[in-house]
Amino acid sequence: MDLVTFGVQLLNAIQYGMVLFLVASGLTLVFGILGVINLAHGAFYMIGAYLAYWIATYSGSFALAVAGSVAIAFVLGWLMEAVLVKRLYGRDHLAQVLLTFGVILVLDEGRQILFGKDVHSVAPPEWLAGTIQLTDNLSYSVYRLAICVFCLIVAAAIFWVIRSTKIGMIVRAGAENREMTRVLGIKSDVVNRYVFAVGIALAAFGGAVVAPVSTVFPGMGDGMLILSFVVVVLGGLGSVAGAAIGALLIGLTDTFGKVFFPNVASILIYVLMAAVLIWRPNGILGRREI
Amino acid sequence: MGDADIRRWIVIGLVCLAAAIVLPFLVPAYYAQFAAKVYIMGMLAMALNLVVGHGGLVSLCHGAFFGLAGYALALATPRYDHAAIWWTLPLAVAAAGAVALVIGALALRTRGIYFIMVTLAFGEMLFFLFFDTQFAGGSDGIFINTKPEVAMFGRALVDLDKPLGFYFVVLGVLVAVIALLTVLIRSPFGHALAAARDNERRTRALGFPVFCIRLTAFVISGALAGLAGYFAAAQFGFVVPQMLGWHVSATVLVMVLIGGLRSITGPLVGAMVLLGLEEVLKATTEYWKLIEGIIIIVLVIVLPGGLRQLLPHIGGRMPEARPARKAPRAADAGHA
Amino acid sequence: MRERSSDIALAARGLSKQFGGLRAVADVSLDVRIGEIHAVIGPNGAGKSTLINLLSGDLVVSAGDISLDGAALTHLPPHHRARAGVGRSYQKTTIFADFTAHENVRLAAQAHAARPLRMIGSVHADAGVNRRTADALMLAGLHERAAVVARQLSHGEQRQLEIAMVLATAPRVILLDEPLAGMGQGEARCIVDLIKSLKAGRAVLIVEHDMDAVFELADRLTVMADGAVIASGAPDEVRMQPAVRSAYLGDDGAPA
Repeated sequence: MDLVTFGVQLLNAIQYGMVLFLVASGLTLVFGILGVINLAHGAFYMIGAYLAYWIATYSGSFALAVAGSVAIAFVLGWLMEAVLVKRLYGRDHLAQVLLTFGVILVLDEGRQILFGKDVHSVAPPEWLAGTIQLTDNLSYSVYRLAICVFCLIVAAAIFWVIRSTKIGMIVRAGAENREMTRVLGIKSDVVNRYVFAVGIALAAFGGAVVAPVSTVFPGMGDGMLILSFVVVVLGGLGSVAGAAIGALLIGLTDTFGKVFFPNVASILIYVLMAAVLIWRPNGILGRREI
Repeated sequence: MGDADIRRWIVIGLVCLAAAIVLPFLVPAYYAQFAAKVYIMGMLAMALNLVVGHGGLVSLCHGAFFGLAGYALALATPRYDHAAIWWTLPLAVAAAGAVALVIGALALRTRGIYFIMVTLAFGEMLFFLFFDTQFAGGSDGIFINTKPEVAMFGRALVDLDKPLGFYFVVLGVLVAVIALLTVLIRSPFGHALAAARDNERRTRALGFPVFCIRLTAFVISGALAGLAGYFAAAQFGFVVPQMLGWHVSATVLVMVLIGGLRSITGPLVGAMVLLGLEEVLKATTEYWKLIEGIIIIVLVIVLPGGLRQLLPHIGGRMPEARPARKAPRAADAGHA
Repeated sequence: MRERSSDIALAARGLSKQFGGLRAVADVSLDVRIGEIHAVIGPNGAGKSTLINLLSGDLVVSAGDISLDGAALTHLPPHHRARAGVGRSYQKTTIFADFTAHENVRLAAQAHAARPLRMIGSVHADAGVNRRTADALMLAGLHERAAVVARQLSHGEQRQLEIAMVLATAPRVILLDEPLAGMGQGEARCIVDLIKSLKAGRAVLIVEHDMDAVFELADRLTVMADGAVIASGAPDEVRMQPAVRSAYLGDDGAPA
């Protein structure tokens, strides 16, 4: 493989890894802070993509599509926590798995009713279309670079909120000791709702943003769910830094796997996961007692 | 466990068995086939419950063991001839058990949520193995043109192509599976497994090898899931990668929830209820999955203990792995 | 007190445990002899809990050796040590809350049966298991509460239950981690008497903060501070040592 192709694949891997990181951090935050495993996380990624497609088609504006789908997903997440998820706190894993599985069925059929089973594509916005010349020989899709930038901005924003604002402090306190924050009168119930809604919004954002580069299709939710789980297992549940490492590893394995071993590319990530499990059953940066 | 309880359950069991035996003679063939499907999925659910309800581990890869055994039958069945049950069945069950051994050895190094995610991932890995590659028909699957042949020394014993024959073979296997699980769960091994579920640290501190116990239960559970998958494939007449998918695993978990985690035959009841519900919903609306999803959500919120919560009068308890939370019985015996 | 080394059941030499930069246990050596209660005391953070976890196998040593009757235990996992004859109770009561007291003890006895994981047959079929269960319940004073679900026992009774479970495994060495934690006077009296009865034919190591109980029970006393042993020997001698007094209380008074 020549240097240019390597460069392109490397950038692809990074772009893929970044989206994966954002979506997986939504999952790991919800688990780390709320203690709930949300199987429907992937379904919201799918919903985000379909909403973006729909809004983009009717409004012609991609920016509106992304903003709109994230906003709608945020509201859906808010409602889901208020009505369903809050009943899961303190309940066993089976209850969480099955309730969120039920949500997947509802979302899948909902999508079926609203958008059918069709596969769609979304055009990237005009100002981000085309390619850019990076070096003498290497040109790369502008939009894919833009995805990386979007992801970095969102990740930085979340990092800043968690580290530097009052609400972020409440979130971290809640992660350390949920009972204590409640006893102290901090309205952790409302904070929980925000955290969950943000987690869902992250998934939807991922879906909306990749819509122009990958097709919008019914099975994309499941695919992303599994990948998010592998990222989290690799990196350690509750660790956002771990999710970054895991996502990068998966991005690299998957992208270069497809190039070198196309026949077995899809199972390579699981082989990687198995290898990490043998070495570190709690993930590379895993720290939480489950 | 009072003798009266055990007697009651034996009577109930015999009544159900009698009903099952006469059923195919009383109803149209479609319902007999449906019943056979319920028995098969019930077997799968009971197998899963060994790990989930009795072992305390939520596994999302049992669909993979189920589907794998089905594929084993499909690959072993000649295109236009019968496969012999005497070697294809053990092969399928052994294949499922072997894969369960490998996955279990890796997954059981983790706990709780990790375990769930890891089993989900490995299950999906097997799905992709069959979906993306061509050695087993890829995404189209494989047709099984003939049912396996139950024959000894060249003479056919039962004709599985006839609905009646198939029904009774499946019923027989179901009874055997129930018997096996009952013996296992009531044995010292079963009690140790339940202990590990209740307090892993104490179980280990007493001297029990928790990892080995759980792995053994996982392998047995996987093998029994394979047994169900073999007959499922034989009944459908084809196998597709979706049989290995995690949605199958999750649906079977719902059956376990409905039937109650601590019982042995509860999941069979759960299979009956869920499959019956699906039949009704499918006949009612095209978007039956939406209703099913809502029902599952409501069930989880309202009936965490399964249907048992609704029926306090069908009291007493199945002879279970753990002693019931009821008034002292040993004390009664002592003072009698 | 005879000092025959053949009396030593559990021997630990040079035990150390490192957690990243923190040295929780530093070069600790001690013996526990048959027929004696060896108490380990020290201020908070002295490394006592870590020490017990190293001895039981719940934590892996960073350095050092542990042996039971001469046979090496150092790299064996907890369940192997339990089978070899090391029983322990935990600071936080670790029992099977949803099972009856009888079932709790029966499971313990089962763990030490000839074939603890038989897959066929009733759990009540083994006469040896039944006998050890009944004996342990009797010794721990729980035979009248055997049919009560463990969750519904009082705190003191749950502690008794945990000790009964340890007894049912026919241990050679018993490790007790703060058995009196959270006990009122009456309950504590009961447990202290029970612990006293344990040392016949066994070696008992107890980590405890309750000084009255320690001085009533201990045949030998080891004092730890900052992960190391600062004194070891007969209780009356140890309590007078200046190092012990300053570690516990600054420089004045005797341990309460």
